[in-house]
Amino acid sequence: MNNVFLERFRRAHFLPQPGKYGSELVQRVFQRKDMLFALVSIAFFLGVALFAPLLSPYDPNKIDLQHKNLGPSQGHLLGTDYLGRDLLSRILIGARTSLSISLGVVVLSLFVGISIGCLAGYYGGFVDESVSRVIDIFLAFPGIIFALAIMGVLGTGIFHMMLALSIVQWAKYARLMRVQVLSLKKQEFVLSAVTSGAGDFHIIRKHIVPNAIAPLLVLATIDVGHVILSIATLSFLGIGLPTNVPEWGAMLSAGKEFMRTAPLQTVFPGIAITFIVVVFSILGDGVRDILDPNHEGGEMY
Amino acid sequence: MVITVFAVCALTFFLMNVIPGGTAELILKHTFVGLEESATEEQLNQISSRYNLDDPLYIQFFRWLKSAVSGEGIGVSYVYKKPVLYLLALRLPATIELAGASMAIAVLVGISLGIYSALRENKVSDQILRVVTLFGVSMPGFWIALLLIIIFSLKLKLIPVAEYGGLENLLLPAAALSLHSMAAIMRVTRTSMLETLGQEYIRFAKAKGLSIGKIISRHAFKNAMLPVVTVIGFQMGSLLGGTIVIEQIFAWPGIGSLLVNSIYARDLPVVQGCVLAIVIMFLLVNFLVDILYTYLDPRIRYG
Repeated sequence: MNNVFLERFRRAHFLPQPGKYGSELVQRVFQRKDMLFALVSIAFFLGVALFAPLLSPYDPNKIDLQHKNLGPSQGHLLGTDYLGRDLLSRILIGARTSLSISLGVVVLSLFVGISIGCLAGYYGGFVDESVSRVIDIFLAFPGIIFALAIMGVLGTGIFHMMLALSIVQWAKYARLMRVQVLSLKKQEFVLSAVTSGAGDFHIIRKHIVPNAIAPLLVLATIDVGHVILSIATLSFLGIGLPTNVPEWGAMLSAGKEFMRTAPLQTVFPGIAITFIVVVFSILGDGVRDILDPNHEGGEMY
Repeated sequence: MVITVFAVCALTFFLMNVIPGGTAELILKHTFVGLEESATEEQLNQISSRYNLDDPLYIQFFRWLKSAVSGEGIGVSYVYKKPVLYLLALRLPATIELAGASMAIAVLVGISLGIYSALRENKVSDQILRVVTLFGVSMPGFWIALLLIIIFSLKLKLIPVAEYGGLENLLLPAAALSLHSMAAIMRVTRTSMLETLGQEYIRFAKAKGLSIGKIISRHAFKNAMLPVVTVIGFQMGSLLGGTIVIEQIFAWPGIGSLLVNSIYARDLPVVQGCVLAIVIMFLLVNFLVDILYTYLDPRIRYG
């Protein structure tokens, strides 16, 4: 009993003390080995993505038809693809493509979702009614199909892909944010801010968003992995990125033509995708356990 | 649900009709293959007036809606010169077969493994299953499909690749497609089952001396299924999305491969039809899930 009360008290005073919040979070992360592993792996992937041009032994787009479809060897650690391009270099540069696009998509849709969710939840009434309808409609589409249709209209390109995936993603965040705002709006600290004459924007920025954001960040962490999967799926179908951008899904799709003779080409990029998505799932689950302990165990994606 | 279907129709219609370059030009390209350069402004105008493309978009939309509701069809393919409804009807059975088989596998295996995992909580087999599910939800479906082809078709030569018809042809695509949903369903079943098994009435049933099988089947199962049913509804979306890639890989003659090929050919009426068909299937399944929900938990009906 005592413990529960203490916990609740601490949480109530969590956010006004940023220093303590930070150290507590870090402490709890370090208690969990799986999260440490995930964080280290993500740092590794980010490092690879940033320094890919320095790390990769060959130019990822250099065509060398004399050495095509090679298996792993001293010269090419993971072998080469059907145009003689070094697989290791392409996978390293592919990390950059996947991570930058998915982070861009998540940040963009987080921002749009938070803004629209706040708008709907805070102002209520007609605004809420109409915005919620729109959110429902966007959620009625199975994500990848909607993205596919948008890409079909827009055509390929990195920016188009970010746009298409963000259009698909934002509604989830908006719905979650709206629910959060609705429950926060009735709490005393917001009401006291209203009575002391604070403006709407001030209240949203200072009181609502900081208190509502934790579950959204959890969702965002898990989503990074899912967006990477979507990117891979779209470019596997050839409806994604221009051909000169190395991407894991596109590499798999190119490799599948040579499955009989060089099956390893379809193995390595898949391992890269799986590993990065696993890592983000572990991190997301861990962050949820820490930030959102009351969440009822259901994994919904 | 009717409103959602209407809105989805509107959204896809406008999405398909605001393409850069214009619809008339697109039709022209498909009409004069190889002669696109020689097409004149006059021919463009001719096409525009024949298909009434000069009307404002909302009038076009209402005309399209009217013919859709009255059953006259939802447009004609630029490439095949056939009504979209006809093409869809041709392709729909294959997709339903694939998606249905995968969902059945995912539900059966997912729920049974989930219960098993919950009963052996924190034992070795549970730990192994949990790691497997973590990978299951993280592996891209198309990659699993490729690996299955490499192993079973190319190395072991057990199953022919990319044919449609027999039961053995359904095996690989359905397995590849179901893995993701199976893992997701299993995770939820496990958590939900554990939660239910911790309840008082289960302890009472144990105290009464009921066997574990009876406790699960008579007391725990129905109560633990609520979150699972929700997730099954969600998973239907990702499953239908997955069919697109899987159909493409296995040359499966379903809606997914029609959709992808129509996107390559920029055959927008067909793209629109496919998206609509998939969304409506998805909405129908979720509608069924809602009904199932009230059956499992009668409180919802009155609440």
